[in-house]
Amino acid sequence: MQNQDQPTLDHRKRDFLKYLLGGSFVAWVVSIFYPVLAYLKPPKQGEVEVSSVKVGKIEDIQKDSGQIVKFGNKPVILVRKPNGEFRSFSATCTHLDCTVQYRSDMGVIWCACHNGKYDLNGRNIEGPPPRPLEEFRVVMQGDEVLISKNV
Amino acid sequence: MKAILQNLYAWIDERVHLRDLVEFMGKKYVPIHQHSIWYYFGGVSLFLFIIQVLTGILLLLYYKGSEELAFESIQFIMSKVEFGWLIRSIHSWAANLFILAAVIHMFSVYFTKAYRKPREITWFTGMAMLFLGMGFGFSGYLLPWNELAFFATKVGTDIAGVIPVIGKPIMILMRGGEDVTGATLSRMFGFHVAIFPGLFVVFLGIHLLLVQRQGMSEPIGFENSPNVGSQRTMPFFPNFLLRDLLLWLLVLNVLAVLAVLFPWELGIKADPFASAPSGIKPEWYFLFMFQTLKYIPAQVLFVDGEVLGVLLFGLAGLLWTLVPFWDRKSAAGQQNRFVNYVGIFVVLYVLLFTILGYVV
Repeated sequence: MQNQDQPTLDHRKRDFLKYLLGGSFVAWVVSIFYPVLAYLKPPKQGEVEVSSVKVGKIEDIQKDSGQIVKFGNKPVILVRKPNGEFRSFSATCTHLDCTVQYRSDMGVIWCACHNGKYDLNGRNIEGPPPRPLEEFRVVMQGDEVLISKNV
Repeated sequence: MKAILQNLYAWIDERVHLRDLVEFMGKKYVPIHQHSIWYYFGGVSLFLFIIQVLTGILLLLYYKGSEELAFESIQFIMSKVEFGWLIRSIHSWAANLFILAAVIHMFSVYFTKAYRKPREITWFTGMAMLFLGMGFGFSGYLLPWNELAFFATKVGTDIAGVIPVIGKPIMILMRGGEDVTGATLSRMFGFHVAIFPGLFVVFLGIHLLLVQRQGMSEPIGFENSPNVGSQRTMPFFPNFLLRDLLLWLLVLNVLAVLAVLFPWELGIKADPFASAPSGIKPEWYFLFMFQTLKYIPAQVLFVDGEVLGVLLFGLAGLLWTLVPFWDRKSAAGQQNRFVNYVGIFVVLYVLLFTILGYVV
């Protein structure tokens, strides 16, 4: 009679086959799902690196107004204060990604989605936004207004 | 004619034994009691789902799922295609009525504790279909590529993005990139017309099979209640089924009236470089969550407000789905008042914040 606890050659052979087949099965599953998962991940698009954008002539931009400017593929807001001074910030609300707007009646930058408010220095002053808006630099070149990244 | 039908029946019966199926259906009874009316809402949801599949297929014949063409193709459907306005309006209205019917169905099952053993799997598949229904609503909302949909999708996918660790990859998966673009539209289109319907049909199959197999749930204590009338059940086939069909006909009429008198708006084409319009709101069934997010402050202790909100709603949804596991009393045939209080709280909360979302 053979001892039940002692693995026989047969058992060891069987275990070996079990691991071999099990391992192959796992490898097979991975080889199926890896390409599918990798396919789902969108490839990085070659983005044109924008460093500055021309907005227009100073006299065409009204005092106490705001406008959205296309900066590469991101929206940027350009605000002209009632005193004629220019300020520019990322127009993407730091709360949940909506695009903000200038509200002359409240004198703030406002997000319509969840009633978030920023002052004209881009600081989050009311509502749910957790962070201030990223600031952009406004440069005058002759009578043209330019927005550029704040470096 | 009758002879032909009889021959056809005999021909099929000889091969697949239809007789067993007919006999099985003849043995199914629907209990009659004061809460019987709630049994109809599952059927209504099913009917509205069928409407969605049919009108959805019709819309597919003209819809173009791309950033440049989506809005224009729906404009084309609504203005040039004969009855295109009707098909699209029915699809939009039926989508909303479907969510409404499914939500009523869910709460009725919850309050009558029909989820209790042995019907846990029916409840789980039902909840899965409700979540998928919301997924259908969310993904379908973007397809017209209008201003409201664009920002609703930005916010909705960004909310997924705030979940710690797994949020960001999920957001990129949903958007097809870092931002909401034409790639997002393509993905939502794929989810809406292929992935979600495929999953939904699997859950629906299991759900219906279980309902037929296990029969209707009876309210707790129904067995021992004093016999009110002599008849306490009605045959499913044909009595209940005919009532179901009559109700479906009524729903179809309501749908037609809504679609004709209140045609669904298309709005303004989305512009990724425009500010979010004021008065922006998600669909009504997301409104209570949207409104809650407005009230949570930017920072609670060291956690961002929206992270907290999303995690709390996620946890609440999970606990709600798992009710058959934490409600042991109902499974044992006892009344469980705690479950009722939780349910009443949830109904009041959802109602209050939905109303606030409309008036504030």
